[in-house]
Amino acid sequence: MLVPVNWLKDYVDIDTDIDSLAEAMTMSGTMVELVLESGQVIKRVVVGRVKEIKPHPNADKLVLGMVDVGDRVVQLVTGAKNVKEGDFIPVALDGAVLPGGVEIKAGNIRGEDSEGMMCSALELALDLSNLPEWQKEGIYILEGEYEPGTDIREVLTLNEKVLDVDITTNRPDCLSMLGIAREVGAVQGVPYRMPDTRIKNEKGDIKDYLKGISIQEPDMCYRYLGRVIDNINIKPSPQWMQKRLIQAGMRPINNIVDITNYVMLELGQPMHAFDLEKVGGREIIVRRAGDGERIVTLDGKERVLDRNDLVIADANKPVGIAGVMGGEYSEVTSDTRTILLETAAFNGYDVRQTCKKLGLWSEASFRFVRGVYQDLARIASDRAAMLMEELGAGEIVGGVTDVYPNPPKPYYLEVSADRINKLLGIDLTAHRMKEMLERLEMKVAEDRGILRITVPTFRQDVQLDHDIAEEIARLYGYNNIPKTVMSGSWVLGTRSKKEKITDTVRDVLCGCGLYEISTYSFESPSVFDRINLPERDPLRKTVTIQNPLGEEYSIMRTTLLPAMLNVISLNYNRGNEEAGFYEIAPRFLPREIPLKELPDEKLTIVLGTYGDEDFYAVKGRVETLLGELGISSYEFIRAQNPSYHPGRTAQILLDGESLGIIGEVHPDVLENYGIGTRVYAGELDFNLLMEKADSNATYSPLPRFPSINRDIALIVDEDVPAGAIEGVIWKAGGDLVEKIRLFDVYTGAQIPEGKKSIAYSLTLRSRERTLTEQEAGEVMERILGELGRQIGAARR
Amino acid sequence: MKGILERALREINACSELSALENCRVKYLGKKGELTVFLRGMGNLSPEERPVIGRLVNEAKEEIETLLLCQKERVLKLERERSLKEEEIDITIPGKRFARGKRHPLTKTLDEIKSIFLGLGFTVVEGPEVELAYYNFTALNIPENHPARDVQDTFYITEDIVLRTLTSPDEPRVMEKTKPPIRVLIPGRVYRADDVDATHSPVFHQIEGLVVDEGITLGDLKGTFDLFVKKLYGEHMETKFRPSHFPFTEPSAEIDATCFVCEGKGCRVCKDTGWIELSGAGMSHPKVLERCGIDTTRYSGFAFGMGLDRLTMLKYGIDDMRLLFENDVRFLEQF
Repeated sequence: MLVPVNWLKDYVDIDTDIDSLAEAMTMSGTMVELVLESGQVIKRVVVGRVKEIKPHPNADKLVLGMVDVGDRVVQLVTGAKNVKEGDFIPVALDGAVLPGGVEIKAGNIRGEDSEGMMCSALELALDLSNLPEWQKEGIYILEGEYEPGTDIREVLTLNEKVLDVDITTNRPDCLSMLGIAREVGAVQGVPYRMPDTRIKNEKGDIKDYLKGISIQEPDMCYRYLGRVIDNINIKPSPQWMQKRLIQAGMRPINNIVDITNYVMLELGQPMHAFDLEKVGGREIIVRRAGDGERIVTLDGKERVLDRNDLVIADANKPVGIAGVMGGEYSEVTSDTRTILLETAAFNGYDVRQTCKKLGLWSEASFRFVRGVYQDLARIASDRAAMLMEELGAGEIVGGVTDVYPNPPKPYYLEVSADRINKLLGIDLTAHRMKEMLERLEMKVAEDRGILRITVPTFRQDVQLDHDIAEEIARLYGYNNIPKTVMSGSWVLGTRSKKEKITDTVRDVLCGCGLYEISTYSFESPSVFDRINLPERDPLRKTVTIQNPLGEEYSIMRTTLLPAMLNVISLNYNRGNEEAGFYEIAPRFLPREIPLKELPDEKLTIVLGTYGDEDFYAVKGRVETLLGELGISSYEFIRAQNPSYHPGRTAQILLDGESLGIIGEVHPDVLENYGIGTRVYAGELDFNLLMEKADSNATYSPLPRFPSINRDIALIVDEDVPAGAIEGVIWKAGGDLVEKIRLFDVYTGAQIPEGKKSIAYSLTLRSRERTLTEQEAGEVMERILGELGRQIGAARR
Repeated sequence: MKGILERALREINACSELSALENCRVKYLGKKGELTVFLRGMGNLSPEERPVIGRLVNEAKEEIETLLLCQKERVLKLERERSLKEEEIDITIPGKRFARGKRHPLTKTLDEIKSIFLGLGFTVVEGPEVELAYYNFTALNIPENHPARDVQDTFYITEDIVLRTLTSPDEPRVMEKTKPPIRVLIPGRVYRADDVDATHSPVFHQIEGLVVDEGITLGDLKGTFDLFVKKLYGEHMETKFRPSHFPFTEPSAEIDATCFVCEGKGCRVCKDTGWIELSGAGMSHPKVLERCGIDTTRYSGFAFGMGLDRLTMLKYGIDDMRLLFENDVRFLEQF
């Protein structure tokens, strides 16, 4: 909310400088985001009066303006069409500085001197949203007459301070000049002033003008107050009012509309003026709209309403949407003779639903949604009437029609000073607290440390002891509360197994050359096609967002592979030669669709590498990880997965349970991701890893007897997997085989067609004695025998 | 004899290689060496001469042997020096690198924060990212008509299930399960319907802290958070608490910390204020505690929440949030 400081000063005296005021307000809960000063940088821009406009001799699209700038007449070249003789305009003289630091120099345009520049509204950084259309283009034409040569900042009042204030949702009472003044008063410990609401003359009786007001929905409309002003004289509102409205961010329209807006900004009460002659039956009925009922609002758009919307209706039709916007039909125009001025209190929840449905928000609805306190209606109505009378906008008709079925009672609560001190960690007397609360217009009786508090109706946010504690804290000053060490029970901070395992996984994978990545949890449903998933794959069942930012972010991911491939694609296509990545993140697996309960969030590790890599590099990383987690019982078995290469994919089993899959990514998939190199990837189930992890390392004694090494080279059928050969060796060798190391696999010259040579180095050792050459020979014979028998392996 | 000795001495000292030295040994002490030959010729000498000459020859032999030994040592040393010199390498050639990845900057920042709070007795807990609207709103005292529930802010899965918009829903989740004393740190991923730009992302991360115990005060919140900031960024850091409003805390505060770019002098990052907004915090709202069955006449608590992405960006001077989720390896290797 924009708060012009000069306007604020109408209601409270401000002794300090503006920066200190802003700081004090911020530190007491009314956050001042910015102190604006519109004309700060403007230099040498003055009012000029156009004496003569003549064509430019060398250019059809330019004109020459002879402009009186006070001490002389200057020639200015412009391309604008809207300047006429007699206009008052802003002129940037030679050496002028405009907002944004633009410097203006005298020059020569197409052979004619130009001693400066005529300025547009934009060039002066005026708030265009508040200007009529015709002022937005071309040169800004000043309204009224001014002494040529006057500094433009005095004319456009660009040097007044305006506070940009951020009001928290719990303080709707601060959404006005008066509300801010009340806060400033409470914080600074000075009184604030209410504006004058005394009407001097009233004529006639409202009953002769208005048949009646009825509220059919007292839960949606708490109060409706009508007042009539007769003999309306529509004209522009005075300059001072227009200026304040502009400074506060509103556009001046005419005296009636401006006064209702002015009072809304001043007191926080939205108002609406109807042309009373257009109100059928001269009566107001506050009722629910009928389903499909229509109204054209002030902005010229037709709105279709339903039963959940509250309307202000006359005897026949709606004339306004309650709390949101009035109807075009009953709008105040230059022909209006009598107005009905509405000041009402509506239920914010209903207003909000209507605004949301219609996509229509206004200054009025903004305030109703936040909460307008019901007692304000009469004061605001009086103030508006008083201003209309004073500014000659019309004659005030005697009396008001005020329908106010259930005025709220002041809220009462009891709090002990001790309780407040204990919540805040301070030590104030009950008396001191009483004094602070009274500055906030609370009525307080203090009795042996108990505060009995009556809360004013404009503070509907104050209900509990904690609310009182906040009021005390902010007036006492948050910065005056001492910093203390928690005094409660001793609590031990511990790391969960999940955290420890996550840490190990990160250590190992980083240690194996992979970078950790962080990717979005939602993605496009099209990723399933891109990774070749068949039509009926269960991973296509997803948690789907109803209101996504776009289709590409509309499902919660059920696999981490697509995000990994995106990252690899990005890196590959940016020319990063090689890289490896991992991420630990949940996959979201719905239990049923539509979702009735929360989905299973299955924590998963995804790996991906490209560059100087192969299948075994990824497998090795997984093996290293398993080793580091103390998992020794695992098996890699050949697997098929539509996203992966049919001959280069393995499933990992831990005690028969699937840990996940690793492999070379299928070339079709890589093509879909625009990756022109081989990629190795995998996904592992984190929870299974955590479950099987064994951190209880135990020591086994170092061997006391020497080992014997034996190398064997075998010729086997090409399709015999190394795993099968190793299985036979382990089994046949028994306890004496300590280690098996594959050191060569060869096909080609000297090897028969359809066969391969595979060579192992075996370490043999006994735990009880020094192995003899003879014993070693026997073991090797046994192993070779079994290899020959079981898989037809021949010694090379 | 003297002549032989002098010659041997000269020749031995002239040797610079082991082979030459061996030649010298053979020349004088070998089977056909000069001294050996001499000794063999002793038979021709008179019995009186024999012991005298014999002693002389033996002395000469010993002397030559000693000389040989000394020179051998010298030659060996020379040879070692020569070979060391030959083995000299260019130590400015780049070293052999071992591929090593790094943790994501968000993880690194979180690790640091976790370790500080672990020391303060906090235990890390985590909750679901797809969350019941009950925990995300109702249990946090966010009323039915609150703007935070709008579809403009919140991603909805169903009317009752949302992507959590903050890590606070885990507060009631923890309090329903655990009796005070409670000290937990809740890091996690959160979602808001923001379009992507340099400072916004629909996916980001928060860290929530919650303490519930007897006698917990706003002063304790100030003390704890101040300690944390000093441990994370240095002892010179100050914190400033401003009143604010959140539905689930009362009193509520925004916490600013000394700008760690300019150390409070004012710069572009802190918009010349010298302060940086770090956290929203406050005393746990009694309605939130009571809903979880916590007796507010006996217990009170405080809670705070911070944006991990923002803290990370500030810490490393990252000026575009998109970099955190893009994962260009040239970005990731910098941390």
